[in-house]
Amino acid sequence: MSTETKPDIDIDRSVGDFRYEMDYAYDAGVGLSEATIDYISDVKEDPDWVRAFRKEGYRKFLEKPMPTNWATKDLENIVFENIRYYLSQGQVPKRSWDEVPDDIKKTFERLGIPEQERKFLAGVEAQFDSEAAYSNIKAAVGEQGVIFVGSTEGLKEHPEIFKKWFGKVIPSGDNKFSALNSAVFSGGSFIYVPPGVKVKHPLQAYFRINAQNFGQFERTLIIADEGAEVMYMEGCTAPKFETATLHSAVVELVAMKGAKIQYITVQNWSSNVFNLVTKRGLAHEDAEIKWIDCNIGSRLTMKYPGVVMKGRGARGEVVSIALAGDGQHQDTGAKMIHAADNTTSNIISKSISLGTGRSTYRGMVHVPKHLKGCKNNTECDALLINTHSRTDTYPAISVRGQGNAVQHEASVSQISAEQIFYMQQRGLSEAAAMSLAVNGFVNDLVQQFPMEYSVELKRLIDLEMEGSVG
Amino acid sequence: MSITATPPSVNGSWPEWFGQDQAGAWNLFEALPQPKRNDESWRFANLKALDLSGFVPALPVADEAALVSRSAAHTDVAAKLVFANDSLIHSEVKGLPAGVLLLPLEQVAKDHGELFRKNFMTSEVRLGSKKFAALHRARLRTGAFLHVPKGVVIERPIEIWHWVDGENAAIFPHTLIVLGEGASATVIDRFVSSRDERSLAIAVNDLTLGANSRLTYVGVQDWSDKATAFHLNTTQVGKDATSTALQLNLGGSYVRGESDSHLLGEGSRSVMLSVNPASGEREIDQRTFQDHFAPRATSDLLYHNALADASRTIFAGLIKVEEGAHETDAYQKVRNLMLSDEAEANSMPGLEILADNVRCTHGATSGELNEDELFYMMARGIPPKQAAQLIVRGFFGTVLERLENESLQAHLGEILDRRLEV
Repeated sequence: MSTETKPDIDIDRSVGDFRYEMDYAYDAGVGLSEATIDYISDVKEDPDWVRAFRKEGYRKFLEKPMPTNWATKDLENIVFENIRYYLSQGQVPKRSWDEVPDDIKKTFERLGIPEQERKFLAGVEAQFDSEAAYSNIKAAVGEQGVIFVGSTEGLKEHPEIFKKWFGKVIPSGDNKFSALNSAVFSGGSFIYVPPGVKVKHPLQAYFRINAQNFGQFERTLIIADEGAEVMYMEGCTAPKFETATLHSAVVELVAMKGAKIQYITVQNWSSNVFNLVTKRGLAHEDAEIKWIDCNIGSRLTMKYPGVVMKGRGARGEVVSIALAGDGQHQDTGAKMIHAADNTTSNIISKSISLGTGRSTYRGMVHVPKHLKGCKNNTECDALLINTHSRTDTYPAISVRGQGNAVQHEASVSQISAEQIFYMQQRGLSEAAAMSLAVNGFVNDLVQQFPMEYSVELKRLIDLEMEGSVG
Repeated sequence: MSITATPPSVNGSWPEWFGQDQAGAWNLFEALPQPKRNDESWRFANLKALDLSGFVPALPVADEAALVSRSAAHTDVAAKLVFANDSLIHSEVKGLPAGVLLLPLEQVAKDHGELFRKNFMTSEVRLGSKKFAALHRARLRTGAFLHVPKGVVIERPIEIWHWVDGENAAIFPHTLIVLGEGASATVIDRFVSSRDERSLAIAVNDLTLGANSRLTYVGVQDWSDKATAFHLNTTQVGKDATSTALQLNLGGSYVRGESDSHLLGEGSRSVMLSVNPASGEREIDQRTFQDHFAPRATSDLLYHNALADASRTIFAGLIKVEEGAHETDAYQKVRNLMLSDEAEANSMPGLEILADNVRCTHGATSGELNEDELFYMMARGIPPKQAAQLIVRGFFGTVLERLENESLQAHLGEILDRRLEV
C-alpha cells in the first residue's frame, strides 16, 4: 500500500462528520412504549416468537435500574423519551452496490465501503440507521456454506440455527441496555460458518447513524461450528449532532468445539454518542474467542467484552485500546468466566487519557469451585498525558479452590520529560515526540490489528494528540 | 435487649454533651439503611452476617483477675491497658515519658474536651460501615486514648487488650492515637474472646500523625471462631510522617476490616499490611483506601491471605490520587494462597488517578502451594503437612518483615507459629 493513498478503513472522525437529509419511509417516532415495539415488529414482519421476545425485553428494560450504583452518573443524561427507536427507508439489503439507493450510497461511498470490499474483504454489510442497506458476500465464501446476512434476514431465513443461540449467550435481562436492545433491536449481522470452514479474509460490517436523536440497536450473532474459523470487523461513524445519540448493541458469539472467532472493533462514534454495548462469547471445548477492541470515539462508552469458557481447554482473550480525549469517558474492560477445567484467559488493556479525558478499566475474572488448571493473566496499563486527565482501574477477581493461577497487574505512568527532551534534541517537535511516545506505548497491541486497521489507528492517535501538549 | 432495638442508656462517667452526641449517633444508626446486595462497598460480602439484632450489650465480667492474668504482654512494654466488656479492668504504666497522655476516653472527654473533640471520629466513614460506626459511637463506653506530644519518643510498645466475655455479648472497643510533631510510638491492640462464644465487636482505631512523626500500629485480632467483628480504621498522615499499620486476623466468623489512609502532608508515608490465615468457614472482608491529597507522598499496601477449608476472603482496595497530588508513589498488592478446594478469594484492587506524574501499580494474584518447594522439603524428610505450614509461614513472614521492628516481628511470628502449629 502506497503511503499516498488513503488507508483502507476510514474511521477518521472528520470523514464521518456529515449527514444527508433523508425522508424515512418508516419512522417509529420519538419515545418508547409497547406501541413502538408493535410498530417495529409490524414493519419488520417479525415472527410471533420475536415479537414476544421484544415485549419480554421491554418489560425487563423497565424493571432494571440504571447501574449508577457502580457506573457513571452521566447515564442519567440519557433521555429515553427523546430517542427515535426505528428509522428506515424500508430498505431490503441489496446484494449489488448499484442497487443501493443513491442517497444512502452517497454516504457509504464517502466512507469508502465499496472500495474496501473490492480490496480484501470476504464479505461486507453496511447498516444505515436501523436497517442494512447493503450486504454482500464473495461467491467463493458463500459456496463454502458460510452465511453472512443481516439479523432480520437471519432469523427469517435460518430460524433453525438462529433461534438455537439467539439470546442464549446474553439473556435479554443481562443488564438494562441488553434488555433495551432486545426490545427494539434491528440490523446487525448473522454469521454462520459450517464445520471445518476457515474463512480466509475478514468479514466486515459498517454502522452508520445518520439521524439526530436516533438510537441504533443492532444485534449480531456469530456462530462458528466445529473447527471453523472466522474474523469479523466492525466500524462505525455518526455525524456530530447537537443532542446526544444512543448506540446500544448486543453481540453474541458462539464458538463450537475447536472453533476460532476473532472480533475486531474500531469504535469511532462522534463525541456525543452514548455507546453502551454488551458483547459476550461462548467458547466450547478447545475453542478460542478473541476480542480486539479499540475505543476512540463516543461521549461515554461502557463495554466489557466477555468470554464464557464452557468447554475444557477453551481460551478467551481481550485486547483493548482506549483513547479518552477531552470530555470523553472510555469505560471499558473484560469479563472472563471460567466454567471448565484447563481454560485459559488473557486480558491486555491499554488506555490513554488526555485533556480532561477519563479512561476506566473494569474487569471480572471468575473461577468457580472444583475447577482445575485454569489460568488468567490480566495486564492493564494506563498513560496519563495532562494534569486533568483521569484513569481508573476496578477489577474484580474471584477464585475458588486450588489448582488455578490468576494474576492481575496494573500500572499507571506518564511520558517522562526526559523522553520528550531526548526526542526534541534529535529534532522532533514536542507534539511529534509526544505522538511517538504514545504510539510506542500502544505499539505492541496495535500490531495485533489487521494491517489496514493498525495504520489507521496510528494515524488517529496522531490526530488526537495534536494540540494536546502544552 | 438487642443492641439494635433500644437506644443506649446515658452513661454517667461521660460529660453531658457526649450524651447528646451519642443520641445523634443512635439516630444516624437507625436512619441509615442496612447494606444491600448491590452496594459496591459490600460486593461479595455475606450480608446475613450483618444482622446484629441477636447481640446484647456486654455485662461486667465476673472474674477480672483471670482475664488480667491471661493478658500476657509482649515482654517489654512501656504500658499496658486491659479492657473487658468495655470497661477498663487493669492499667499498668512502667515508664512513659513526661507529657504523654494514656487515658480512658471518657476521662479525656471530661478533662481535655477540646483535644477529644478535635480527634474523636472526625473523618467520614467512607468504606461502607457508616451505619455500624454510628452504632459504635452510640454505644461507646470507654476506650484508649494516647497522645504523644511534640518531639516525644516512646521506645517500647504500648499494649492494649480488649476482651469480650459472654454469649451474644457486644463490645465497642476504641483506640485513638494522636502523635504530635516529631513524636514516635508503637501500639499493639489485642482483641480476644474469653471463651469460645458468639459475640460482636465493632472496633474503631483512629490514628493521627503530626508532621515528621512515626507510628507503628498492630492489631492482633484473635476473637473466637463464632465472633462477628468490625475493625474500622482511619489514619491521617501529616507532612513527612510515617505510619506503619498491620492487621493480623486469627479468629472470627465474619471479620470486616476497613482501613482508610489519608496522605495529607507532603512526603507522608503509609504502609498498610495484613496477614490473614483463614480457615473453617471464616470470611475476612477487607476494604482499603489509600487517598493521596498531597504531592510526593507514598502509600504501600501488602495483604497476604492463606485460605484453608471453606474460608472466604474479600479484598477491595482503592488507590486514589487526588488532583494536585503529583509525584505520588502508590502500591497495592494482594496475594491469595489457596490451600483448599472449598476456599474462595475475591480481589478488587482499584485505582483512581486524577493527578500527573504518578507512579502507581497494583497487583492481585491467586495461586496454590508451590509443588517444587513442597517436594524439596519432603525430600529432606519433612512431612507434607508440616512442609505446607512452613511455606505458609514463610508467605506471611514476608509481610511481617515490612514492620522494620525486629522484636515486634519476632513477637508476632510466635503468635503466628502457635496458630499455624509450625
